[in-house]
Amino acid sequence: MWLINSSVGRKVIMSVSGLFLILFLTFHALMNAVALISFDAYEAVCEFLGANWYALLGTAILAGGFLVHICFAFLLTWQNRKARGNDRYAVSARPKTVEWASQNMLVLGIIVLCFLVLHLAQFWAKMQLPEIVGDAPASGYSALQAAFSQLWVAPVYLIGFCAIWFHITHGFWSALQTIGTANEKWIVRWKCIGWWWATIVVGLFAVEVIYFTWFFAI
Amino acid sequence: MEEKDKTIQANVPVIDSKIPEGPVAEKWTNYKAHQKLVNPANKRRLDIIVVGTGLAGASAAATLGEMGFNVLNFCIQDSPRRAHSIAAQGGINAAKNYQNDGDSVYRLFYDTVKGGDYRAREANVYRLAEVSNNIIDQCVAQGVPFAREYGGLLANRSFGGAQVSRTFYAKGQTGQQLLLGAYSSLNRQIQMGKVKSYNRYEMHDIVIIDGRARGIIAKNLVTGKLERFAAHAVVIATGGYGNTYFLSTNAMACNCSAAMACYRKGAYFANPAYVQIHPTCIPVHGDKQSKLTLMSESLRNDGRIWVPKDIEDAKKLQSGEIKGSDIPEEKRDYYLERRYPAFGNLVPRDVASRAAKERCDKGYGVNNTGKAVFLDFSEAINRLGIDVIRQRYGNLFDMYEEITDVNPGELANEINGEKYYNPMMIYPAIHYTMGGIWVDYELQTSVKGLFAIGECNFSDHGANRLGASALMQGLADGYFVLPYTIQNYLSDQITVPHFTTDTPEFDEAEKRVQDNLDKLMNIRGKRSVDSIHKELGHIMWDYVGMARTKESLEEALKKLKELRHEFETNLFVPGTQEGMNIELDKAFRLQDFITMGELIAYDALNRNESCGGHFREEHQTEEGEARRDDQNYFYVACWKYNGDDEKAPTLIKEPLEYEAIKVQTRNYKS
Amino acid sequence: MDTNISFKLKVWRQAGPKEKGHFETYELQDIPTDTSFLEMLDILNEQLVEKGEEPIAFDHDCREGICGMCSLYVNGHPHGPATGATTCQLYMRRFHDGETITVEPWRSAAFPVIKDLMVNRNALDQIQQAGGYVSFNTGGAQDANAIPISKVAADEAMDSASCIGCGACVAACKNGSAMLFVSAKVSQFALLPQGKAEAKKRVKAMLSKMDELGFGNCTNTGACAAECPKNIKLSNISRLNREYICAKLSD
Repeated sequence: MWLINSSVGRKVIMSVSGLFLILFLTFHALMNAVALISFDAYEAVCEFLGANWYALLGTAILAGGFLVHICFAFLLTWQNRKARGNDRYAVSARPKTVEWASQNMLVLGIIVLCFLVLHLAQFWAKMQLPEIVGDAPASGYSALQAAFSQLWVAPVYLIGFCAIWFHITHGFWSALQTIGTANEKWIVRWKCIGWWWATIVVGLFAVEVIYFTWFFAI
Repeated sequence: MEEKDKTIQANVPVIDSKIPEGPVAEKWTNYKAHQKLVNPANKRRLDIIVVGTGLAGASAAATLGEMGFNVLNFCIQDSPRRAHSIAAQGGINAAKNYQNDGDSVYRLFYDTVKGGDYRAREANVYRLAEVSNNIIDQCVAQGVPFAREYGGLLANRSFGGAQVSRTFYAKGQTGQQLLLGAYSSLNRQIQMGKVKSYNRYEMHDIVIIDGRARGIIAKNLVTGKLERFAAHAVVIATGGYGNTYFLSTNAMACNCSAAMACYRKGAYFANPAYVQIHPTCIPVHGDKQSKLTLMSESLRNDGRIWVPKDIEDAKKLQSGEIKGSDIPEEKRDYYLERRYPAFGNLVPRDVASRAAKERCDKGYGVNNTGKAVFLDFSEAINRLGIDVIRQRYGNLFDMYEEITDVNPGELANEINGEKYYNPMMIYPAIHYTMGGIWVDYELQTSVKGLFAIGECNFSDHGANRLGASALMQGLADGYFVLPYTIQNYLSDQITVPHFTTDTPEFDEAEKRVQDNLDKLMNIRGKRSVDSIHKELGHIMWDYVGMARTKESLEEALKKLKELRHEFETNLFVPGTQEGMNIELDKAFRLQDFITMGELIAYDALNRNESCGGHFREEHQTEEGEARRDDQNYFYVACWKYNGDDEKAPTLIKEPLEYEAIKVQTRNYKS
Repeated sequence: MDTNISFKLKVWRQAGPKEKGHFETYELQDIPTDTSFLEMLDILNEQLVEKGEEPIAFDHDCREGICGMCSLYVNGHPHGPATGATTCQLYMRRFHDGETITVEPWRSAAFPVIKDLMVNRNALDQIQQAGGYVSFNTGGAQDANAIPISKVAADEAMDSASCIGCGACVAACKNGSAMLFVSAKVSQFALLPQGKAEAKKRVKAMLSKMDELGFGNCTNTGACAAECPKNIKLSNISRLNREYICAKLSD
């Protein structure tokens, strides 16, 4: 199977799963934004995404996407380190045009993963998980309140968002380059679109976190 | 010496070049129609060694492989793609007449013979012109990205020594692209198992069995071990001997050792004195310099060459008081346009080089060493705009700036409303060697089964090569000539089985090579290889360079003898023979450069005339132009080895016979 | 006018492919700044030979930036700090008096060290042999002008074809990937009608050879294109991906 056996194939898996996750983040940010306007509406969204079959299917696909993306990230990094050889350079310099993020995607990914664990513990474990096992889920409002009434949560979230922002600014155009949709003009365009996309999505998240923290903790 | 000269001239044996019958335009067709061929089943039984992977070597190896022969292909670099053909910038000639400016096979033939100062073999040159068109077809089919017009058809540019635009080019990298084309064909054969490729191998000797070339001894440069290879025929495509002069535009690994090995085994060496000095190189800047950088001849299309009219201005330039752009138009001497109105800056290379030397010798040189002239783009930039000029020569300007810290496209001065841009500085340098191993019409040397192609044979260029003709010749030999002619030799070899290298001849050859390496290691003197090579270079440039005299050449021979003694008694090679030893490899090559230097001097001394790249000061017109002596020197001078490097070689002549072209004085004035 | 500089040179020395290597520091005095980097190494080697030591082995040949033979990782950059230039086109005026210059060989699992600063780049040849050609025999070509090719395509193919196969892209890549090298060749042929007939076969063969030889996966950092002495563009890699994916999907 070329998707697994060839280097381009493995990268296609990375890029397609990555694009899918970007899409997910975008919807996630938009749904959260509902809470900025009305907590009642937000509650409706939470209910809609409870333990019903379509939400569970969605969650399973999403989890699969994460898993594939993470597993392949480690696999590729391991292969790439092997390809680099045992001897490392004593001095290495980053050329001006090379983004810092592009060379540190795994580190950024691990930060995002840590953040994800925290985030799942604070929300998913209290909302969808109890419902799956048959317990009563927490309401969206109470979950938000539980999390953001603690002052340390906001800075930790913002650090996670920073990592996501860096990860997406490179990941977005890189994914499109990998699936062959770039050329000399489009590389620049994708980079620009990716930058704005990441900034808007992550910015929206940041605004939400700051608002919730202000609302619940201050 | 006068007396001795005459004895050399008298009663020398004459050799046969096997030129086919018929009018010049039909010879190649006739030859192909009547030559012997080898059938496909038998080709599989025959092995051919090709040494070298430049345009000639790679194209020959690939084509022979395609035909079905088993090819063993050797190169000194880490990959076949690195051969020095890659450095050719300008282009490749062909008689396509796509530009409708009156070109034809005959005109290309004529221009090449005339450019070579009527010292080339007519039949070979005509064949070269004939197959030139096939080369372009071949290369386009390989995917060589030649420059194109907006209509999608191929573009051409003009080049020195011609009045038509017949040069095809791929940016400033024509040589590279053509070589990559040949390399791709070669790769296909390697993949198919028809060619076996040996990289980082250097040929040390030819093995002769029963008077035929049957194999080589090569050194694996990585392990340091000598290895033996046997074949039914050996093809040498190892380039020229320009590095004899130490500083040249040749690559660092270019050497003449393979050619010298053939010479010592009985192959005649033809016309060694014909050495081409390229007019547009970046001037020498210091004594630590390792090589000279060529600026493409195509620069002469738009660049104008000049020195100051007043000697006072020249002196100020030399002392650094003023810059080239400070001198206004009316005080500039565009000496090529002045002397050669018809061809102007596009005269052939030998003429342009000598004219530059003439000006500098008179004290008009424009840099601190007094050995440089200006190449100026002000007029072209003012006429076409900097964008057009940068599009044409941008990469060359950048390269010049990186090396010299001067940007030739930069506006430097304005005098009376006239804009002056920084000019480049250029000076002639050793570039190409027209001489080489003597071959007959079939490209076979005087040793049976030993062939020489590309720059390494004495070639089709006579006494001077025109720009964009080297690529043409290398590819013509490799793709279209040798693969045919070698069959004429191999057709009666089909009964000879693949043979082993376990023969007394191989033993003996390997022992001799090993003894020589031991000798080099055990001199244990004080001097490094490069220091002696530099000294050789100085002797060659000063006494056997652009202007030679009887006295200078005799002096050179004396000094070279001393240098050989110095080499043999005072050389120091560090390390061991185990593994890679770069100093030992260089020492091996230098040994042959010294012998080569002597050979050049002997030939130059013998040729009492000036022609093409060989200029004897005693033989010039009042205007300083070369004066040929067709009465006495209308022949190819072939030199036969006499068993010892210390002994002078013997001259053998191949008389030239011209049927199609009337021999006359070269004229680029009108 | 050019001046002279003195500096320290920290050079990787390794006696053979299997030996252990180490850094050696040399002091160089009064080197004119119009000396090229390789000429500076020549000067050092000359001094070493005079002292009876073995000179530093490094690859070099044409010394005018076209053969692709020279390598060297200078101060953290393949081919040194200059852009769009090979090591042989690097001049000492790029360096300062008193500086320490670190010189290392290309580092990649696919490029084992032969000696000192010399590495074996045969893997690149093997990739080319897998399919970097148009399959036809000498003499079988039609007239050169029979197929018009748009100037835009020809120019773009030329840009891709200007790769000199030096391996700087692999040396620069933190993943030891040869994608820029492979993509340059694949692009050249993909852009020209002559290469179209066997384009699918070619891209699959070259890529699988590249993977087989142990080169890494491309993560689009762009270090390859940034360090390429011939300014081969990153967009070639996208074209390679496109060609490969399409070829695989049409299987």
